[in-house]
Amino acid sequence: MVKVKNLTDKEYLYGHKACPGCGLGTIGRLALKILGERTIVALPASCMSTVTTQYPQMNYSVPSLTMAFAGTGAVLTGMSAGLKAQGITDVHVLGLAGDGGTADIGLQALSGAVERGDDFIYICYDNEAYMNTGVQRSSLTPIGANTTNSPSGTASYGEKKPKKNLFEIMIAHRIPYAATASSAYPYDFMNKMEKAKSIRGPRFIHIMCPCPTGWGFASDLTVEIGKLAVETGMWYLAEYENGKVRMNVISKTLKPVEEYLIKQRRFRHLTEDTIKLIREHRDSEWRIIRERWVLSKC
Amino acid sequence: MINKSKSSNLDFLNGDEAVAYGAKLCRPHVIPVYPITPQTIVVERISEFVANKLMDCEYIHVESEHSAMCAAMGASLVGARAFTATSSQGLAYMHEMLHYVSGSRFPIVMMNANRTLAAPWNIFGDQRDSLAQRDTGWIQVYVENGQEALDMIIQAYAIAEDDRVYTPVMVNIDGFVNTHTYELVDIPQQKDVDEFLPPFKSRNAIDFNHPRSFCMTASTEWNMEFRFQQQQAMDNAKKVIEEVDKKFGDKFGRYYGGLVEEYRCADAEVLLVGMGSIIGTIRIVVDKMRDMGLKVGLVKLRFYRPFPLEYFKGLSTRVKAMGIIDRDISFGYEGAVASDIKSALASSWFCSKVINFIAGIAGRDITKEHIEKMYNKLFSLTQGHDEKELQFIGLRW
Repeated sequence: MVKVKNLTDKEYLYGHKACPGCGLGTIGRLALKILGERTIVALPASCMSTVTTQYPQMNYSVPSLTMAFAGTGAVLTGMSAGLKAQGITDVHVLGLAGDGGTADIGLQALSGAVERGDDFIYICYDNEAYMNTGVQRSSLTPIGANTTNSPSGTASYGEKKPKKNLFEIMIAHRIPYAATASSAYPYDFMNKMEKAKSIRGPRFIHIMCPCPTGWGFASDLTVEIGKLAVETGMWYLAEYENGKVRMNVISKTLKPVEEYLIKQRRFRHLTEDTIKLIREHRDSEWRIIRERWVLSKC
Repeated sequence: MINKSKSSNLDFLNGDEAVAYGAKLCRPHVIPVYPITPQTIVVERISEFVANKLMDCEYIHVESEHSAMCAAMGASLVGARAFTATSSQGLAYMHEMLHYVSGSRFPIVMMNANRTLAAPWNIFGDQRDSLAQRDTGWIQVYVENGQEALDMIIQAYAIAEDDRVYTPVMVNIDGFVNTHTYELVDIPQQKDVDEFLPPFKSRNAIDFNHPRSFCMTASTEWNMEFRFQQQQAMDNAKKVIEEVDKKFGDKFGRYYGGLVEEYRCADAEVLLVGMGSIIGTIRIVVDKMRDMGLKVGLVKLRFYRPFPLEYFKGLSTRVKAMGIIDRDISFGYEGAVASDIKSALASSWFCSKVINFIAGIAGRDITKEHIEKMYNKLFSLTQGHDEKELQFIGLRW
């Protein structure tokens, strides 16, 4: 278990230009504190690369590479292979990519890298839309969300399709370690990073990263929104290892989805009918989770 | 080409195999590669070398060409020497990454088996795949046969990794005509290649003592300066290419002439300019026409980027007419090579004495008769007859 007093005082990500209230800087900062200075960071086109690698103000004090949107998995493969070929074994290779860069355009490269069993840690920070380009929907945008290219209107309640389950896609690869996390639960995240650090091969952490700008909430509510996502069952914290899934938080009763939805501008347009749709979708997902992972105690 | 080689390590190889041997001799650390006809034999031979411990490298089965170039870039970032190979649709698919690699100055070497692009779908050779990558910032060389393919893989690393260059190199070899044709190829000794090409010590790789961000965002205030440096590197490469050619010749006995090679041009009245496998055919026709007393010559354009501007500028005072063979066409204008050469000649009267021949598209044969016809059209032009600036040769109608 990670103890704060044991964390290094060194900062490996510092001075970035992320929006106020964004959890992204925290994710990068804590991840690097766990992994340490012998880490190389790969960043595709994303909020993360935009706010941390604007020449000449470089915000990492570990080596980093900004690269093409679609290729994070493959560039991690190349780094890991290049290190191995030169006999270097004490370096961590870390990818930091957004939801679009991971679940949409980058999914093929990620799948290839995981299938090959290459040695890297991949963090997908999920702010549930293409935030860097101005809040367009991705396959990880939740049903009902208003985005700039899935707007609500007289004939639309916003995003029509439910969020794709990336965690299960990774499990289908029989990856050595996968986890979901949230920027509102930093201890949980750091423990998962610590766990990932201790394993070799591909490791994947899907971390929810509430976005004040894109979701429409005040910048001091980031943690509250992140916690509500888990408490209402709109997100969950879990780990997969050795063929087994462990749910880190299992609530007997989930809070009403409205408590989460009404605090965000992207859901303000929703009618009782569409909120019902979201509730039903959540309940159906949890039925699957309970049947497959909790009750079966696999 | 001048061949003073005394080596006798000859083997009967096709062009792809020659490339595989060339890559093996350069000891790359990492080879991420994805199969595509007609490059596949390269992929297969290298995997056999690795499977039999004849080669010590990380051979990666990537899931696309885009990922092949991403992985090569990742490897180069950590100081590893990287090699890959592709063709046609694969090259087009990795287009984005070609810019990334050259812009962040990773000295990666790639073989491209020249093949046409769909649609209409076709697996046979022309050069529109690589010519369309003109502005990606890669050095491009076109080879005539398997021997030159092998030799240029080795030279490509020496050029790419030169401190004055640090720019990736694409070695282009014509699909099927070269990739699948068996010839006697001299395989250099590993010891000699090791002396010629020292181990890769990248000055553009990570260093934990001095952490840097690579390939970062450069705003309007800075971006243009990075581009300027790329252009400087390309200019430097012209000199480096000549130096490497000489150094290679001194070591292995084969001198290719650098950016261009002239064949029987000294007193030529008309010239043909071409690239790649067609050069061998043209040599034969030149010899035949010379025997008939006709003053014809051949310019083998080896490097498309950096482009031998100074050489072509100087040609206008030497000959009466020139034909340029393009195995591609930029629809709505003309062949890409012709555009470049004509641009070099723009300030001279000679520009009006140039014909752009479009030929050999998608593997269409360019026969000796076609070549002879081209020369005759050039003579016709010198005698004051009208000839169209752009002509398709070998069309069915």
